Amino acid sequence: MANNIDLKPVSEFISENAPERFIYDMPAEKHEVAISTKNLQVFYGDNLALSEGDLSFERYKITSLIGASGSGKSTFLRSLNRMNDGVATVKGNIMYRGVDINTKAIDVYEMRRHIGMVFQRPNPFAKSIYNNITFALTQRGVTKKQELDEIVETSLRQAALWDEVKDELNKSALALSGGQAQRLVIARALALKPDILLLDEPSSALDPISSAQVEDTLLELKNKYTIIIVTHNMQQAARISDYTAFFHMGKVIEYDLTRKIFTRPKVALTNDYISGNFG
Amino acid sequence: MNAKTADKIATGVIYAISGIVALILIAMLAFILVRGVPHLSWHFLTSPAKAFEAGGGIGIQLFNSFYLLILAMIISFPIALGAAIYLNEYARKGKFTTIVRTAIEILSSLPSVVVGLFGFLLFVVKFHFGFSILSGAVALTLFNLPLLTRSIETSLAQIPNLQREAGSALGLSRWETVIHVILPAAVPSIVTGVVLSAGRVFGEAAALIYTAGQSAPALNFADWNPFNISSPLNPMRPAETLAVHIWKINSEGIMPDVSAVSAGASAVLIIVVLLFNFSARKIGARLHQKLTSA
Ligand SMILES: Nc1ncnc2c1ncn2[C@@H]1O[C@H](COP(=O)(O)OP(=O)(O)OP(=O)(O)O)[C@@H](O)[C@H]1O
Ligand SMILES: [Mg+2]
Repeated sequence: MANNIDLKPVSEFISENAPERFIYDMPAEKHEVAISTKNLQVFYGDNLALSEGDLSFERYKITSLIGASGSGKSTFLRSLNRMNDGVATVKGNIMYRGVDINTKAIDVYEMRRHIGMVFQRPNPFAKSIYNNITFALTQRGVTKKQELDEIVETSLRQAALWDEVKDELNKSALALSGGQAQRLVIARALALKPDILLLDEPSSALDPISSAQVEDTLLELKNKYTIIIVTHNMQQAARISDYTAFFHMGKVIEYDLTRKIFTRPKVALTNDYISGNFG
Repeated sequence: MNAKTADKIATGVIYAISGIVALILIAMLAFILVRGVPHLSWHFLTSPAKAFEAGGGIGIQLFNSFYLLILAMIISFPIALGAAIYLNEYARKGKFTTIVRTAIEILSSLPSVVVGLFGFLLFVVKFHFGFSILSGAVALTLFNLPLLTRSIETSLAQIPNLQREAGSALGLSRWETVIHVILPAAVPSIVTGVVLSAGRVFGEAAALIYTAGQSAPALNFADWNPFNISSPLNPMRPAETLAVHIWKINSEGIMPDVSAVSAGASAVLIIVVLLFNFSARKIGARLHQKLTSA
């Protein structure tokens, strides 16, 4: 179900005593929290790229991360499934199912099967469409042909790609168009049956039609997955997400229901950004 | 002079230079082939050399060249592959990596005659391998290793980082990603590199003169037991290769048809090296096509 938000500049923003930040504090008794961060700080070398982002993400909802280039969206997202290991130093807690996954004791490979990720540029393997999807599974011991066939079909259907490729599953994935490749990559992530799907500008490299297809796919997936998506596209954020977090210079400035962010932001900076005054 | 004329002149000069280079190459090849090809015959390619009379062939030298090439490749490929994987996929910037890289660089710029002399002193003399296939193969490995490592490393580096990220985002370990994602994607260009280096190794003479030796004792091609002295497979026998043979008969050959043998042998050497070079790209392109289409 898409939001119907008119993206007009929010002109009546006049509040004199507007807060400098507003973080929606998700009450645990009202919402089921899928993953949350506490005191998160990310350093590239000595350079603090992200701080003060205590966010909770509701289960089976789509949350958008928006903000200007360099504001720390990717840094935040990549920290959630530890893709920043070896690249950046991440301090603080990332709570997932009652466990802090930002600790040495966590098996990151296992964890990433629960928290999948899709990147900006489609990155299928130089393998067949079929093997792209099954590869990670077979590495973990799923080898029954019938089971694999089923998973391939289900995940391709979920990613809205099945009808286009069902007759050529043995074709190289590198022969797919950009939009198809991106949906294949989403299917590949879904095949592991993750809880949470992280997407970093998944449709920014795609043409409008493919981009709309990916959006539809995400809306379909919402019933079963918690989705966190970085996007530069305000319309996209408004259309598909339930919550939106606005990042600015390494901080989360405002986090609220998408509806509120785009109609009645509480922080002046957010208002400036979504009405296109900077960024 | 406006930009357009300048551009025209520059383009012209570049064309001319490239043309001259191509012309020199073609002239050289034509010279060798025209002189040599008329002497080629099945007899010439298969029969043993004769030291004093006319009518000798290059059969044993040809076999030695291929045998040494295969042995050298068998030894150097796994080492080069391991080193390249380490350098490109695992090594972090640091003292150790810098030392390894510098070593490879120096090793690759050593003149092959120096590699040969080193092989002579260490393997032939010190380790008592004598002038043998084994000494030659090890010398060729030393000669080949740095270049092959570099070429495989380049092949791996060409695989975009997106692929590695895709692997780790799916919960695959780095090793799984390297073995099952990165390596297969790099196979076409690795194969191209290996075949090209095979061409280089095949034509190498200086590293072999003092290691594999300058004599080609008669072989019994019916005896494939590597422990027999006349077996072609025996790794401890001296083995003059085609390239060494050309060098040798040109400096001290006394058979009456020495110039014909030399011309024929050179033609064969060039043809084989050219075959390696052309097929390298062909095979690579074919594999790449296989990987990216149906
Ligand atoms: N690998 C890295 N090494 C060093 N600094 C980095 C690295 N990645 C990001 N940064 C820095 O961290 C800050 C946040 O970058 P990040 O990529 O998270 O921004 P972003 O909001 O995703 O921007 P964009 O919209 O352009 O993708 C920037 O100042 C950037 O220069
Ligand atoms: Mg980013």
